[in-house]
Amino acid sequence: MTAPLIFRNLTLGYDRHPAVHHLDGALEPGSLTAVVGPNGAGKSTLFKGMVGLLKPLAGGIERHEAQPQDIAYLPQIADIDRSFPINVYDLVSMGLWRSRGLFGGIGRKDHDAIERALGAVGLTGFERRPIGSLSGGQMQRMLFARLLLQDARLIILDEPFNAIDARTSADLLALVRGWHAENRTVIAALHDLDLVKTHFPSTLLLARVPVAWGETAEVLTAENITKARRMCEAFDEQAGACAVAA
Amino acid sequence: MIYDWLIAPFAEFEFMRRALAGVLALALGAGPIGVFLMLRRMSLVGDAMAHAILPGAAIGFLLSGLNLFAMAGGGLIAGFVVALTAGLIARSTELKEDASLAAFFLISLAVGVTIISMAGTNIDLLHVLFGTVLALDNETLLLIAVNSTVTLVGLALIYRPLVLECVDPGFLRSVSRAGGPAHIAFMALVVLNLVSGFHALGTLLAVGIMMLPAVAARFWARDITAMVFIAAGIGTTSGFAGLLLSYHTGAPSGPAVILVAGAIYAGSVLFGRVGGLVWNLFPGRHLEA
Repeated sequence: MTAPLIFRNLTLGYDRHPAVHHLDGALEPGSLTAVVGPNGAGKSTLFKGMVGLLKPLAGGIERHEAQPQDIAYLPQIADIDRSFPINVYDLVSMGLWRSRGLFGGIGRKDHDAIERALGAVGLTGFERRPIGSLSGGQMQRMLFARLLLQDARLIILDEPFNAIDARTSADLLALVRGWHAENRTVIAALHDLDLVKTHFPSTLLLARVPVAWGETAEVLTAENITKARRMCEAFDEQAGACAVAA
Repeated sequence: MIYDWLIAPFAEFEFMRRALAGVLALALGAGPIGVFLMLRRMSLVGDAMAHAILPGAAIGFLLSGLNLFAMAGGGLIAGFVVALTAGLIARSTELKEDASLAAFFLISLAVGVTIISMAGTNIDLLHVLFGTVLALDNETLLLIAVNSTVTLVGLALIYRPLVLECVDPGFLRSVSRAGGPAHIAFMALVVLNLVSGFHALGTLLAVGIMMLPAVAARFWARDITAMVFIAAGIGTTSGFAGLLLSYHTGAPSGPAVILVAGAIYAGSVLFGRVGGLVWNLFPGRHLEA
């Protein structure tokens, strides 16, 4: 099996200022990877590049059966209009987009799949509730149900457990572990280092440049973490052109 | 008695039957369009677009008098040009789409009124501004019916991307590229309905049959599907009741239709089951769970 995504000297950023600088490496198929780093380290930027929302400033991403539409992506702040008159069931069913598209009908089997996904995230009985009436944790559970239906081989989660209580994070983490067991590739940005050490076999430590990428125990050393903090200096308005050969 | 009030005007007079057919067809297409305009926070865009089609219709009028196809064609072209240019300017400059539309519709309105005033009479100007719902000929009725049919079929085709682009645009971008084309198709449907409405209710009131039922429907449903049906229902009811109001009181018919829709809107704001003011003031005891 080839890696779904291979980064080749990838630089991503805004207005020519790099936010992820010279990243090389491959996302192993079936791996469960945590992306760790201080705020502003480029975690979200990297994810946006992976799903094709941001064009690389230099270098590139080699895709193997991981075109942007094949990836299930949960952004850090989902731009959902919570006042929109739609219920939980209909919003979750949008996860079927890839298999049903613009016009495909939703049949008996799909309805079962939607019910199963809602059951898996603990939202059975919430089908007819308008999305505006959900709490933050229930909202995140709903988005995970949609991710389940997307049935993607590569799943990207941007800080999925932020502002979520312990019980909800534990439930959602179980789903992530389930995806890993099904041999899907999962990559998630996280801040809770204990959680990363317990549940994520590999880690990418990012501080605008990759500090280390590999087995979690080897990456998350005190030395590396200090290094990451030091390297994460601010966006410099006066920065000159980067001298590293592209 | 009930027959005299509600049925007789339509049974006795052909122009009333034509007017009824026209407003019913119009309301069926325009209501659902209005719901989407409202949910996309484009409630006033319909108004701007209605003025934008005026110069096109006026040039059609200039070339061939009060000819249906010249005026409808001109209106369609002008509407599409304004919608696309405003969209382009919004995407390529700092100006937001509503700001560039505001600029365009004011220019368009001035151009349109100038052309018609200079080339025609004041009667023509009134005709264009307020429509002639009581004088719909066969071609106009057909045009309205075709436009409404196209609208409903078109909305069904672009329903999913249209809904998803309102509720979660980021997700739509990640699964499909249909968002942009769906938006353009939707704007085309808006123009189509305004051209229909323009003949029946005039450029100033055409938006009324689109937006008033839609915003009223917001107070009766929590779900977009129900909202679409309720909007179409309120629109057709307003058409029927408005024509009767105009028949019995001698009020001008186009404004009467919109006034009825306005009254339903006011009633909905007060008594609507979903967030109406009266329910908010007297919510009843809170529930146990």
